[in-house]
Amino acid sequence: MVERSKFRDPDLAKRVAEKIHKLAPKEGTVKICHVCGTHEWTITHYGIRSLLPQNVEVIAGPGCPVCIVPASEFDEAVQLALKGVAVTCFGDVLRVPGSTMSLLDAKAEGADIRVVYSIADAVKMAEKEPSKEFAFFAVGFETTAPSTAVEIMGKPPENLSFLVSHRLIPPAMKLLVEMEDLSLNGFIAPGHVSTIIGLKPYEVFPKVYGMPTVVAGFEPLDILIGVYMILKQLSENKPRLENEYVRAVHWEGNMKAQELMQKVFDTVDGNWRGLGTIPSSKLNLYKNFTVYDAHLKHEVKVEKGVDIQKGCRCHLVVIGKIRPTECPLFMKACAPQKPVGACMVSTEGTCRIWAKAQLS
Amino acid sequence: MIRMCLAIPAKVVNLKEDKAKVDFGEGVLREVNVTLVNANVGDYILVHAGYAIQVLSEKEAQETIQLWNEILEAETET
Repeated sequence: MVERSKFRDPDLAKRVAEKIHKLAPKEGTVKICHVCGTHEWTITHYGIRSLLPQNVEVIAGPGCPVCIVPASEFDEAVQLALKGVAVTCFGDVLRVPGSTMSLLDAKAEGADIRVVYSIADAVKMAEKEPSKEFAFFAVGFETTAPSTAVEIMGKPPENLSFLVSHRLIPPAMKLLVEMEDLSLNGFIAPGHVSTIIGLKPYEVFPKVYGMPTVVAGFEPLDILIGVYMILKQLSENKPRLENEYVRAVHWEGNMKAQELMQKVFDTVDGNWRGLGTIPSSKLNLYKNFTVYDAHLKHEVKVEKGVDIQKGCRCHLVVIGKIRPTECPLFMKACAPQKPVGACMVSTEGTCRIWAKAQLS
Repeated sequence: MIRMCLAIPAKVVNLKEDKAKVDFGEGVLREVNVTLVNANVGDYILVHAGYAIQVLSEKEAQETIQLWNEILEAETET
């Protein structure tokens, strides 16, 4: 395989940055939005923003799947746990605030909460203890949803049910592009979501909205080349869909994963924390799989929760309207050790990434 | 803690039905589920939360580097 260092070649990065400076418009600003926590990590960790001209801004959209799950769904997970169901989840989910408590708070009260690396581990745990009820809190975008589909199609043990909180990225991008006061000029589309969904779902952005859209990988040079490609499209006034991440993303995406998702999930309107309802943006289990639906099996349903705690500005951070440093709570009342908002909890949350990089 | 849209490249060491032993480098071997991909021993796959989500293309990785260099060269001439 090509050495990873080649994708991080500082000399090449410097040369691309020079090209970016040459291509950037002399007047006005260019605002490019990405929608992936891992892109934000690469950008922050490698100081990509400091390499860009002052008038080329890269903002972080709702790319953290943990941050955008509404409090009501965390409340449901907490309710399940307090009812005596063992809740299995990814580590990022544990400390995210619900309306009044997080899963970690529930654990402190004696609830059985178990962190897993993979949904496969949740299945193994349920198999091992057949007399105990388990629920898996399935959070994640299109990158993660196929693994939930695999396990559900594989007939998991009867004592395991699922709290499905999967969300879809293209509908959220549509919301952003239609927010006039956000004034976006281009999208860096998420590389790993795209390995699953392919390129077609993004066609609408250049075609209907005139928005340059580039699918990019996660090495620093992937991002810089992505920015370059967007600026090039803008300078030619020819918005189009381009794929920078050809080594992992193909036009059709992962067909096997798509087929499984279509068999297991129905697409419905979904609430996003702080953003409201986004049409056709959430996955629900199809009727023939309701036996695995934790809501029905254990009778939990929370219609409305407290999404934004007092003073928290996560709802503005997740759409890139403000930087974490513009929130009055950032690194004061809200820090990784005592997070107020979801963006400070998840390792994909913009506030958490900025806090870790000590940007203040 | 994993980042949830992060996927890490790993080399397939052996395969048994829908499970593969993969090498994340530096001697870290892990079992992953390969239901979603058509992987062979020796392939590099992208792994996300215990599931392979795509087979990485060596050829296209080489081509990416080449393309980047071409972009830079072409622009220098103009």
